[in-house]
Amino acid sequence: MSTATAENTEATWVKVCEKNSIAPDTGVCALVNGHQVAIFYSRQLDELFAVGNYDPLGKAYVLSRGLIGSQGERFCVASPLYKQHFDLRTGECLEEEGVSIPTYELKLEGDWISVRA
Amino acid sequence: MSKQRIIVVGNGMVGHKFIDDVVKSENADQYEVITFSEEPRLAYDRVKLSSYFSGSSVDDLMLTSEEAYQNNGVVYTLSDKVVKIDHDAQTVTTASGRVEGYDKLILATGSYPFVPPIPGKDQPHCLVYRTIEDLEAITESAKQSKTGVVVGGGLLGLEAANALQNLGLDTHVIEFAPRLMAVQLDEGGGNLLRRKIEAMGVSVHTEKNTQQIVAGDECRYRMEFADGSHLDTDMIVFSAGIRPQDEIARNNGIDIGERGGIVIDNFCRTSVEDIYAIGECALWDSKIFGLVAPGYQMAKVALSHIQGGDEQFTGADMSTKLKLLGVDVASIGDAHARTPGAQTYTYEDGVKEVYKRMIVSEDGKKLLGAVLVGEAEAYGTLQQICVNNMDLPADPEQMILPQVEGGASVGMGVDALPDTAQLCSCLDVSKGDIVEAVQGGCTDMGGIKSCTGATTGCGGCTALVKQVMDNELENLGIEVKNDICEHFAYSRVELADIIRVKKIESFDELLQSHGTGLGCEICKPTVGSILASYWNEYVLSNNLVGLQDTNDIYLGNMQKDGTYSVVPRVAGGEITPDKLIVLGEVAKEYDLYTKITGGQRIDLFGAQLHQLPEIWRKLVDAGFETGHAYGKSLRTVKSCVGNTWCRYGVQDSVGMAIALEDRYKGLRSPHKIKFAVSGCTRECAEAQSKDIGVIATENGWNLYVCGNGGMRPRHGDLFATDLDDETLVKYIDRVLMFYIRTADRLQRTSVWLENLEGGLDYLRDVVINDKLNLGQELEDEMTHNIGKYQCEWKTTIESPEKLKRFSHFINAAEPDSSLAYVAERGQKRPAREEERKNQIPAVELAQ
Repeated sequence: MSTATAENTEATWVKVCEKNSIAPDTGVCALVNGHQVAIFYSRQLDELFAVGNYDPLGKAYVLSRGLIGSQGERFCVASPLYKQHFDLRTGECLEEEGVSIPTYELKLEGDWISVRA
Repeated sequence: MSKQRIIVVGNGMVGHKFIDDVVKSENADQYEVITFSEEPRLAYDRVKLSSYFSGSSVDDLMLTSEEAYQNNGVVYTLSDKVVKIDHDAQTVTTASGRVEGYDKLILATGSYPFVPPIPGKDQPHCLVYRTIEDLEAITESAKQSKTGVVVGGGLLGLEAANALQNLGLDTHVIEFAPRLMAVQLDEGGGNLLRRKIEAMGVSVHTEKNTQQIVAGDECRYRMEFADGSHLDTDMIVFSAGIRPQDEIARNNGIDIGERGGIVIDNFCRTSVEDIYAIGECALWDSKIFGLVAPGYQMAKVALSHIQGGDEQFTGADMSTKLKLLGVDVASIGDAHARTPGAQTYTYEDGVKEVYKRMIVSEDGKKLLGAVLVGEAEAYGTLQQICVNNMDLPADPEQMILPQVEGGASVGMGVDALPDTAQLCSCLDVSKGDIVEAVQGGCTDMGGIKSCTGATTGCGGCTALVKQVMDNELENLGIEVKNDICEHFAYSRVELADIIRVKKIESFDELLQSHGTGLGCEICKPTVGSILASYWNEYVLSNNLVGLQDTNDIYLGNMQKDGTYSVVPRVAGGEITPDKLIVLGEVAKEYDLYTKITGGQRIDLFGAQLHQLPEIWRKLVDAGFETGHAYGKSLRTVKSCVGNTWCRYGVQDSVGMAIALEDRYKGLRSPHKIKFAVSGCTRECAEAQSKDIGVIATENGWNLYVCGNGGMRPRHGDLFATDLDDETLVKYIDRVLMFYIRTADRLQRTSVWLENLEGGLDYLRDVVINDKLNLGQELEDEMTHNIGKYQCEWKTTIESPEKLKRFSHFINAAEPDSSLAYVAERGQKRPAREEERKNQIPAVELAQ
């Protein structure tokens, strides 16, 4: 998983929640060292993703509430506000060149999800 | 080779059309075009002249611009008139003394209004109706007048009367003949038109021969009639027909008809070589053509001849359809049944004020003409049958009989039309032209318009052109690619069929059997919506929650800052004071911005995710249910107060509204659905602007379908009349389920109906006549859906598991710290960007 972590010096791992507390194919938002982190669980891929919760285009902390799905080879969240896609692996916005959201490292210990931010 | 120089005398609609044809022709570069106009501006749309009174500006009416002419190298001179032609030298001289040589000369001088030679006609406030300047003069005069008279009850006269009425004058129409529109209508049609026009407050006086105009008693003038009567008026508009503007020909040795008009042959040539006449100034076969379509045809023929072609003008169909003072009027072919042996079918409905008459040949096989007043839907079909000399269907009377209930709709498939059938008479576009355009790649109306010009004139042919286009698309097997997204090679309708027929209950199941990839924000909510329409399971259940769109997924309407608005159901807009108090208390407690919605309920804004369950618990405890304002589903059934209180109400509209809202609440559909019920024909609930509109009558309910407000307003169509409660509900069940089955994704009922093949008649066939034998099935599906109704908020607050999702952070109790509000008009609203900067201490922004 790529890392474009916040420049925050005190980036540390924080245990946030159990995997089964995320409804299949949805997201949740976690507060990690002051950062709002959107965490998604794809049932089909059986994979977890962590990105910034802030929608830089809609200008609100809402991305965890967006729908996830594939756009060709990319796996994305669509902003719940105006539906722009953000690549969950790279943070890139598919519609607006140069716009991106941070991605965070994430690990699973047993059923517990930890995020480094 | 030097260019051929064409001079076009007159820049009206037809003159401009000729120039436009030259400019667009393949060898446009071989011609140099010069045009002269007596008027101070280039060509404008005289057909739509009356729209000047309903708000169109001169710019709206312009057919071209000086810039466009300049870009195309067309040399134009305004406010100067050609007065002399020298045939031998091939030159013209203008009033201002300018001399120009020509190779070809086109006379397109049009016509002028005929003013009967009545003593006193030349006084101030005695005007005509022809040019923009005339309209300006009428407007000016109206400001100083209370009463206005139009002399002439023909087509233009009635348009002028409409104008005067719009200008607020007490309006009269004086007609010499015994009826209105004597040229186009028979007695029955003329009488009905008169009745309708009089009902609108315009006084009609027929068989009046004006003798003189003298000073009036009560008004500025008095018109004295031959029968001894008189009428006082402040102003007079003469609209007693047109006369060809043939002065230029008359004074320069070009042949003129006995009663005026520049004589032309089939190639539009005048008696002098290299001089052509086109439009209303031209006389072909002793006839003047006072419509724009034949003028356009002449323009085409003249150009063809100049370019060595062999097109000929051989007369024109003078059928017309228009709306006069809001009344649909159409006249086709031999409207007066003058053909020997002609027989007629007449349908007259005095109550609904509709008159229709078909004139057929002696053997009853061919249509010779028709008159339609009050309702002219059949015009397109009848006109095509008449013009193309097609055989009438077996029961021709069906074509003019009303199609409300029982009667099968006798249309005429566009397949039956010959390729030569002229669909757009303004621009002379045939069925063949449309077919060719479709084959050439035009697959929508926009393409057809720019490619063929069809429908860009009066627009009357739009429906027919679209039918021909659609039909040809179908013939070619061209399916406009309607795949919902990259994951499913199916349209919404196909997906709905698959889900219904195969009883598919989850997205995964559908994706595995019919899709590819992982799904996306287009297909997931669409499938979620279809599943809800048919199976109506709890939308936040584990296998459905991931399909729900922005609003559904948290059962609230997300606002710009990520908070939600809360809208409880207030069925029919009826609410007790106690419930109102609860709403007020909740709003106050959570500091929610409060606003009344357009659907007669109350919207509470600014609720944070974690507050939604608490708020709803209070609302549910007080007896509220979710309002589904977040869903593409039934929203509200608006109502007026009805006969329980209103002095005019004839039925209990509130009771019906509540019953309907309770029945269909929670019904998820391709798009949102709005209803309204009015308690009488005053229509205070504005039901005709709703997807389903119900209006009370003395005998029951009238049902309107597929109306819309919003972006593209559409009046609902009257679907059925005087229904009892049971039938009303039955029809609505069927209409809605059929909509769910056959509509596209996010397609409102209005657009759905417009795209539904066969349109309203077909929908009636399916719903009322049960043509597809689907009625029971549709009702059963609705019953199933209704049976599975639940208040989603009630279910949610009862499930601790589900409530976990309703917090901003999964690992912290605190709210979203980025939210910021300012006060405005006594309530809060989200802070704007600049306000935020001043207000909030450093909030983390993602990098």
